[in-house]
Amino acid sequence: MTPLLPGRAQGRVLKLPRLSLWGGVDPFTGRLTDPTLPHFGESVQERVLMIAEPVGSSSSSAVLLELLRSGQAPAAIVLGRVDAIVGLGVLVAREMGWHTIPVALMSPTEQERVIDGNVVEVGA
Amino acid sequence: MLQLSATERAMAEGAAGPARAMALRIVADTARMLGANRLVPIASAHIDGCLYHGDSGTLFAERLVAEGGAVAVPTTLNVGALDLLHAGRVRLEPPREAMARRMMDAYRALGCLATWTCAPYQAGHRPALGQHVAWGESNAVVFCNSVLGARTERYGDFLDICAALCARAPETGLHLAANRRAALAVDCSALDAALVREEAFWPVLGAWLGMVAGARVAVFMGLPAAAIEEDRLKAMGAAAASTGAVGLFHIEGVTPEDPAVMPGHDSLSLVPAMLHEARDRLSTTVVRVGEAVDAVAVGSPHFSLKEFRRLFGLLAGRKPAIPFYVCTGRHTLDALQAEGLAPVLADSGLTVVADTCIVVTPILPPSGGLLLTNSGKFAHYVRPNTGRDVLYGSLGDCVATAVAGRLVRDEGLWR
Repeated sequence: MTPLLPGRAQGRVLKLPRLSLWGGVDPFTGRLTDPTLPHFGESVQERVLMIAEPVGSSSSSAVLLELLRSGQAPAAIVLGRVDAIVGLGVLVAREMGWHTIPVALMSPTEQERVIDGNVVEVGA
Repeated sequence: MLQLSATERAMAEGAAGPARAMALRIVADTARMLGANRLVPIASAHIDGCLYHGDSGTLFAERLVAEGGAVAVPTTLNVGALDLLHAGRVRLEPPREAMARRMMDAYRALGCLATWTCAPYQAGHRPALGQHVAWGESNAVVFCNSVLGARTERYGDFLDICAALCARAPETGLHLAANRRAALAVDCSALDAALVREEAFWPVLGAWLGMVAGARVAVFMGLPAAAIEEDRLKAMGAAAASTGAVGLFHIEGVTPEDPAVMPGHDSLSLVPAMLHEARDRLSTTVVRVGEAVDAVAVGSPHFSLKEFRRLFGLLAGRKPAIPFYVCTGRHTLDALQAEGLAPVLADSGLTVVADTCIVVTPILPPSGGLLLTNSGKFAHYVRPNTGRDVLYGSLGDCVATAVAGRLVRDEGLWR
């Protein structure tokens, strides 16, 4: 696991093959809203959100910022590839003086070895 | 390792005011996260961050205003959460409505143009071939890169306004020529020419591209230039950027850049059967011809003047029997006015949504029901964002269905 943005966190892994935070997570409740994906209806709050393929809309950073401000954010995010849109939500939260979370990089192949639901630590 | 110029270091230390310092810090940290070595000066920006997703975005924009922020390059605005031209169209509850309005006001106070459209490239914002820009909104990004040949990464909310404030972007991703070469070559010469001529083919091609390519750049070969027009490329790119993280595609003989391929690129030959899955995934339910449909929605990306002309032609004076939403920008409403078509629109029975659209803010009646659309992007986002089921069809299917009030679909297209 390679750190993208600093921090240390622990939580139960919530694995998704792909996700756009915008259209995929309700910014007001933190719940997963795409019925075609696993964990539909679950909250991302305090989970280690592991996304093999981050996809989709450029509004995803706004969804993450809102979750950070309201305290419903994941404990950490692990991405299958570098995605500036996700990291940006965390950078803006830092500038605003709000809660931030670590973001890390882990290849989709490595992610396959992580068991969904297990407690893991992310940090640098 | 990121190297900042003397000017950039001074800006980060506050030489151009606190708002630009904050903007430069965010741009520089993003550049570090992406592994960029430098920042690149940009010629323009398109801001997606003006859409209300919660109070946090409003507070951030207002912080920039309070600290004296002003954009340093020409900057257009994507959709907001309100239709400022049609009072009552959006049913956002009062606290959120007020925060959404404050957010739109803050972005204007930063000096952005009140275009409020996801198709800024059809509202006069067309950077030149090879020019570096910083655009948000996934469909606008793919159009800007692919059709205009200007260079932008897929910028998220907040980085777009930060780039506009400091006139810099991380020199990475699609700003670099080497990353604009195709990693996937798609031969389309086996496709039926009649299918390729259909408008409904293009969003499906885009949806397929997003599913297969992910974030990779593709080049298409064997697509006839005669079948291709701007609105089709717009629809294709929007679908590709919804089902995948596509930021750029090339079409040999059509798009303006040299479609060079990367060493070790993948190649495949596209046959209609490969498109069937993409087409089927644009509908969330199976409905037989003749069954009830509750509403029709078009205009993602925002409807152009040409698309309105085609819609008026298909309606031929007939009125929709069910709600028919057309999302568009004020630039198109102005063009309709200038062309003398405003009375036609007023008499059409269509429900115009301006400055925003039906999947980003509450516009559809809360009663639910089944929606038909010709937009690959709407087809992708209607179910998760509004909870409704959605069907994908051609603009012709949308008009015939709206007039009949039940599903009419040309099933012959996809043999």
